[in-house]
Amino acid sequence: MSDPVTELAGLTLSGPVLVASGCGGSGRELTAYGPLADLGGFVTRSITLNARAGGSLPRIVETPSGLLHAVGLQNPGLEHFLSLELPWLAQQGTRVIVSIAGATLGEYAELARRLGRSPGVSAIEVNLSAPDATTTGVFDVREPFHAASVVAAVHRDLPRGMPVLAKVRTDLVRVVESARSVLDAGAAAVVVGNALPAAMPDGRPAGLSGPAIAPLALRCVTEVCAGLPDAQVVGAGGIATADDARAFLAAGATAVQVGAALLHDPTTAARIAADLRGAP
Amino acid sequence: MKPLHVTGEVLASKKVGAYRHLTLVAPGIPERFRPGTFVALSVGGEAARSRLARRAFWIHRVKPVGGYGATLEIVVEPVGVGTGWLAALAPGARLEVTGPLGRAFALPQEKVGCLLVGEGYAAAPLFPLAERLRERDCPVTLVVAGDDEAHLLSALEARRSARSVTVVTRDGSVGQRGEVADVIDEVLTRSGAEVVYAAGPSRTLHAVAAAAERHGAWSQTAVERPLTCATGLCQGCPVPVVGEDGVARLVRGCVDGPVFRGDRVRWDDLEAQ
Ligand SMILES: Cc1cc2nc3c(=O)[nH]c(=O)nc-3n(C[C@H](O)[C@H](O)[C@H](O)COP(=O)(O)OP(=O)(O)OC[C@H]3O[C@@H](n4cnc5c(N)ncnc54)[C@H](O)[C@@H]3O)c2cc1C
Repeated sequence: MSDPVTELAGLTLSGPVLVASGCGGSGRELTAYGPLADLGGFVTRSITLNARAGGSLPRIVETPSGLLHAVGLQNPGLEHFLSLELPWLAQQGTRVIVSIAGATLGEYAELARRLGRSPGVSAIEVNLSAPDATTTGVFDVREPFHAASVVAAVHRDLPRGMPVLAKVRTDLVRVVESARSVLDAGAAAVVVGNALPAAMPDGRPAGLSGPAIAPLALRCVTEVCAGLPDAQVVGAGGIATADDARAFLAAGATAVQVGAALLHDPTTAARIAADLRGAP
Repeated sequence: MKPLHVTGEVLASKKVGAYRHLTLVAPGIPERFRPGTFVALSVGGEAARSRLARRAFWIHRVKPVGGYGATLEIVVEPVGVGTGWLAALAPGARLEVTGPLGRAFALPQEKVGCLLVGEGYAAAPLFPLAERLRERDCPVTLVVAGDDEAHLLSALEARRSARSVTVVTRDGSVGQRGEVADVIDEVLTRSGAEVVYAAGPSRTLHAVAAAAERHGAWSQTAVERPLTCATGLCQGCPVPVVGEDGVARLVRGCVDGPVFRGDRVRWDDLEAQ
């Protein structure tokens, strides 16, 4: 029996389990625990045009069943990513999805132009749900209309055939509206689920990830799938076990992303993928 | 060598002073150990997913135990929920273990005098290091420090593995009263060491690195940052350093460290974090 494949945004993936943005390092760190080829895809940490040093300490704090984080989009910038990280990632036998974040529409367009020409990129994921956007200085997309304008700018500057995934906020009240607006703007799929806006114990804006947020993410996925039956949805948020993944797929998601659980156990994504494949 | 993520088992738990020495069966990990590497443990038990951050511990000792292959020993100071949970584990308890993680202490190519400085539980990795250095015929001098006698790691054992041992306690309960910073220059002069290895709080590491520089010695410091994943994925443990190219940058305490050349760490920035 051949392995089941997943069709997402016009791409064929070897399975439905992806690494969520920001939780897989540069990719290399994870390969110590298993080949990336065992996964359907690897989403990079959000890449910005220029390198970013990230936020002050503490950056990550444990909270019941969750992790609060204010890493501040630390990343080496587009140039470094293209020359030192992407070529290696592209050889790992998995789909490489590059997550991007920018301060202006112009930055998003520039990122799209440069990445669209780079061999090895399968898709772009636009991070429209940074939980600490206000402090990290990325384009504020609280309004679905603004999210749509970012997606339109990225879509316009990518070569035809390179899909855009739009990662929207899990704001239950507005998630269906957000999903509809980014799909109308050209997104091939919506990623529903990101860290929830929260606060560090000292009050700094932060994101909350981990099993604590899975039920909310699942509810958002359910509503988007029900409200937009033709949409392709990727579920994310607190997925830590194969049963969690099955629940998101049963709610209508085409694929799932595993994030914070990797920080607790770096083998989580590979184990879930193997379990869904029916491996012993 | 690549780290492993395995289910381990507590083989023994022994109270020594203020610490718990845990002997763990963790297949494959002891075989990969080098002094200065550490393990990350999940706390709270198999069913509990409420504690997600990993807890890091120096590998103190690796030894063969009949029927189990090699085991590893860690020294736990119970200070919070995770270390408290670990200290209360009974033999037979199972837990997730990842390791060995991080960059080990670099060993000198030549036969040179080495000074090893360890404070509190962080002296743990210096004992296996002393053994390796002795195998290479490097004369080893040791400074073991702690708040008091209960927080002094294996001073007796230290006397076996080093030619000279200086003991320092903050309250003066054994050895000299004071801090590492008070004795470091004198010990460096007396030992004539060309390489200094240190593990302990960053204040102490800073003092040791500065003293090494004054004496023209190389220093290797084992820096402890709060680690979340310990595997290089999360960017939660930035350490400010100056790279080989002279450019200031942030690297990760877990996979780019925990051992750094003392003259590369920007100590003031680290302490200001
Ligand atoms: C490389 C390395 C080696 C270490 N080796 C040892 C050792 O051999 N023996 C030992 O007793 N301790 C060691 N520590 C420190 C130990 O990991 C922390 O004391 C422990 O994580 C605190 O956990 P807790 O749940 O008991 O405390 P809590 O205070 O309840 O910790 C809660 C959270 O704070 C974080 N945290 C707070 N302080 C620290 C700290 N200093 N270091 C890391 N995380 C922190 C933890 O990640 C945890 O998520 C080491 C740390 C590092 C980085």
